[in-house]
Amino acid sequence: MSTHAMESHATPRAITFLWVWIWLVAITGGEVFLAYKQVPLNIMLVILIGLSVIKAALIMAYFMHLKFEKFTLVLWLVPALVFCICMILIFFFPDSTRLLHLRPH
Amino acid sequence: MGSKKLGMWLFIISDALTFSALLLAYNYLRFADPQWPTPFPFHPAILFSTTMTVVLLFSSLTMVMGVAAAARGDRAKTVWWILATMAGGLGFILLHLREWIHLIEEGVRPFQNPWGSPVFGAIFFGITGLHMTHVAIGVIYLGIISLGFGRGKFSAEDVEVSGLYWHFVDLVWMFVFPLVYLMSVKY
Repeated sequence: MSTHAMESHATPRAITFLWVWIWLVAITGGEVFLAYKQVPLNIMLVILIGLSVIKAALIMAYFMHLKFEKFTLVLWLVPALVFCICMILIFFFPDSTRLLHLRPH
Repeated sequence: MGSKKLGMWLFIISDALTFSALLLAYNYLRFADPQWPTPFPFHPAILFSTTMTVVLLFSSLTMVMGVAAAARGDRAKTVWWILATMAGGLGFILLHLREWIHLIEEGVRPFQNPWGSPVFGAIFFGITGLHMTHVAIGVIYLGIISLGFGRGKFSAEDVEVSGLYWHFVDLVWMFVFPLVYLMSVKY
């Protein structure tokens, strides 16, 4: 095993991964149920994005081992990602809204 | 932290931004256009894409088991777990291609479809195609890693880094599935 791989902190047991997987499948089931129940689109969008963020956090924390890495890595990665997504939103929406108003009705 | 792992994390962040921009654009178009097509009936299309999601999630579970086996130094088990992950990835690609063929047979083209907004095909094939390309590259990447790790040429860190890539592909699908499929259910 390489030195770097040894640096990783406490690795969770297989049962932990299985539980995370079960949660991921359960949340996916919840999302499909929402679609089945024909929830209004605006409400569904908010709930689906919320559930997707939870699933992404579970995958990053456990499957990608971010929870067990040094916290400085999280501080490097997460704010940078959030900042860039905010920049996309800031630059995207004014132009896209302007285009929406230009659309022929 | 090793340079390979840090490099993979930086790649993941940059790739996440690509998918974020695409999904943002998709959702904007989805809500801006009242004629947006809803081509996915709950049965069979949504159940089919749910199966694809579970297959991809299962491949993430096998990958994490492979990474754990590699950290223990168990080469044989690592190779088997990675092969199982590759099988999941291939299964996902085959299911996805079947769905694409079904949509193409129904008349969906990049700038034309029988239901409404003509741009639907372009952005649908664009997002899902880019994701499928990532899965296909991941399967090849894992094949190389399993071969190399089995022969002792690659370290546990290499397996871990390939695992990061694979989980990222899974993570992206966790946004594509609800936003592209579940938001376009045909009732």
